[in-house]
Amino acid sequence: MRNSKRIGFKSFSTLLLGVSALCMSAHAADGRLLATGGATNIEGAAGGGLVPWAVISGYTEDDEIGGTVSLSRAQVDDYRLDVTAASFSYRNRFEFSIAEQMFNLENLGTELRQQIFGIKYRVAGDLVYGAMPQVSAGVLYKKNSRYDLPELVGSQRDSDWEGYVAASKVWLAGPFDRTWLANVTVRATRANQFGLLGFGGDINDSHELQLEAATGLFLHRSVAVGLEYRQKPNNLGFADEENAMSAFVAWFPSKNVALVGAYLDLGSIAGANNQTGYYLSLQASF
Amino acid sequence: MKKIYLMVMVISAFVFSASAHSKSDELYQQLGGTQGIEQVVEDLLFNVADDRRIRHHFVDIDIVRLHEKLSEQICELAGGPCVYTGDDMVTSHTGMGVTRADFNALVEALQLAMDDNHISISAQNRLLAMLAQMHHEIVNL
Repeated sequence: MRNSKRIGFKSFSTLLLGVSALCMSAHAADGRLLATGGATNIEGAAGGGLVPWAVISGYTEDDEIGGTVSLSRAQVDDYRLDVTAASFSYRNRFEFSIAEQMFNLENLGTELRQQIFGIKYRVAGDLVYGAMPQVSAGVLYKKNSRYDLPELVGSQRDSDWEGYVAASKVWLAGPFDRTWLANVTVRATRANQFGLLGFGGDINDSHELQLEAATGLFLHRSVAVGLEYRQKPNNLGFADEENAMSAFVAWFPSKNVALVGAYLDLGSIAGANNQTGYYLSLQASF
Repeated sequence: MKKIYLMVMVISAFVFSASAHSKSDELYQQLGGTQGIEQVVEDLLFNVADDRRIRHHFVDIDIVRLHEKLSEQICELAGGPCVYTGDDMVTSHTGMGVTRADFNALVEALQLAMDDNHISISAQNRLLAMLAQMHHEIVNL
């Protein structure tokens, strides 16, 4: 089991490297400014690490098509989350994404899996130009492919829909004459721990609105530092679920590659308190 | 810890009025004065000529005049002792069919030109913010 997983991960990495090499030689969508496609969040949507932002993945502008592939890892004290994701974008308008999450419960020696399909539509505004923020609406469909443990702890279903509205804005010359970004996302969800522990529970079984936010400061147009915050519902009686946050550094060496490193604080997960650790994400855009 | 994070985020999200600048020639000086601006614009136009995405927009135009007008415009915007004598942005771009991607490509050409002339990040950002305000007067006309 463990071995086959390793091989799967490895071959995906090889594929990713191959695709990114291809991207660099072939003509890629590059109609937008550096970093305006953001990184890939843990659910496969363009954004930061924890939060989906209003940005559309890749660098597609006008009638360009493009997308991203990415590998991410969140390692906290007792758990590890590995995410492989890909997105397709059309114009600076539509984003379609798919993500496969592998959640390793290191203490229990077991693993949970979830697939996430996403679509995001830029409703109005532009991230960089004009006074109006970029506003996008998105839907995520999440499905657990291993549901024994979530069911055991009181989850009500193994798949569910989430909807969100996000607003993102960049100030080219904000405070200290640096470029700043702010994002606010409101999500309707009943996911337990991002959906990794199923959806709905004994305490609450309906969608609730959760607030998520991100800010970023560009030290240079290719390097940003920032914070993210994500409110989460608390549906399961067996253990408290807490909000998540991160402090990140994102590096965009070119329009083909983005690298994100972050400090993570995921709070209490399934009874294990103070889950802190690191997050790493590598994204290739084309 | 979490409350501090949240506070920092809320504060940084809302305190964006702190960047008001007095009407001085500070930016003009940071760009290297008239000579510095003319050099940046020259490099910008060379970058454009090298850029497959947008060079077609510049084929049939008087490049010497463009260099002069663009330098004047940036000098004036930056608080320098120049007067822009060219057409307004809408007039000069109507019928050109500048796309959103074209505009961004021009921004990138300018960023590279400013990098090459060792213009500070803060001066770059201030100039870009001023030019970004013209986006709607230039794109898709």
